[in-house]
Amino acid sequence: MSTMQQRFAAGLMKPESALPEGLTSWNCRQPKVRYDVYRNNVMVSLRRALASRFPAAEMIVGEDFFAAMADIFICEHPPRSPLLFLYGDDFPDFAAAFPPAQSVPYLADVMRLEIGRGRAYHAADVAPLDPARLAAVAPDDLAAVRFTLHPSATVLRSAFPVVTIWAMNAGEAPVAPISDWTPEDALVIRPHLTVEVLRLPPAGAVFLDALAAGGPLADAAEAGAAAHPDFDLTATLACALSGGAFSTIQTQPGDQP
Amino acid sequence: MKTSIISLAVAASVTSALAAIASPALAQQDGKEKCYGVALKGQNDCAAGPGTTCAGTSTVDYQQNAWKLVPAGTCEAMMTPNGHGMLEAGPAPA
Repeated sequence: MSTMQQRFAAGLMKPESALPEGLTSWNCRQPKVRYDVYRNNVMVSLRRALASRFPAAEMIVGEDFFAAMADIFICEHPPRSPLLFLYGDDFPDFAAAFPPAQSVPYLADVMRLEIGRGRAYHAADVAPLDPARLAAVAPDDLAAVRFTLHPSATVLRSAFPVVTIWAMNAGEAPVAPISDWTPEDALVIRPHLTVEVLRLPPAGAVFLDALAAGGPLADAAEAGAAAHPDFDLTATLACALSGGAFSTIQTQPGDQP
Repeated sequence: MKTSIISLAVAASVTSALAAIASPALAQQDGKEKCYGVALKGQNDCAAGPGTTCAGTSTVDYQQNAWKLVPAGTCEAMMTPNGHGMLEAGPAPA
């Protein structure tokens, strides 16, 4: 990049900085006015891109707080890609470490859930696994079945009731005090046209992550049982199958059914 | 032998799970609507919407935010000890 471009870009994230040296304007005697308009547009568009990607997070902390946090994030993490719908993948980590946001420790997980929703929205259209495929597997072979997760699936583990908090702040559930403050695992999925957020049964995320890593059903079930005393293979499988969490199964390693 | 016990348990769970989701009420069908507040404890259908949870997890009878699929137009006529069924989710149980 030429030095002029470097100077032009360097000032974009610093609203108080002087006009880049050597910058002129063809239609204005005050090129700084033009430059200020330009860099204001850059910041506002990035701020809006983040707000549209994390609407529940904005609802939780309020517009003013969100905008202020976004401004600092934008300056420290400017976009690396022209694809704005992917901008902010590291915003949840930033929010988790952002000192003023420590009073809302669940904020980052809500943001991770929202990233999952965006990914699911843009994921490839794939028909979810027909449960009949699983029903056709011989009982003796079931323990060795391997599942491929649906391309839209995001499995999220949280130490907070993240699904409940998200739902209340996304207009999906009435806002109310949460009396049952327990950790929740989420499955974000788009089996058909609508992005869905499901609350997984206990250790559901451990189980699905084990399947996603390529392990056979029996190993994933053991991992789930080891992770939580209330792990229920039947309930978790029923939830995942009816939610459309899988795209296909393999009955033998390397065998493409 | 440990492995065969696990295999049996897995096979049984898969069978139960398949049976659970094979319920015709599960898939939202034409002419059906979600009806809140009429499902008995543990009898709510599986989630089809964001923020909802999975089948059989409602913790009280007639839980206001757990729904059961019913034919369209019949929901609000259903009577429970807590009143009529609702087409919108009610508050979660206290």
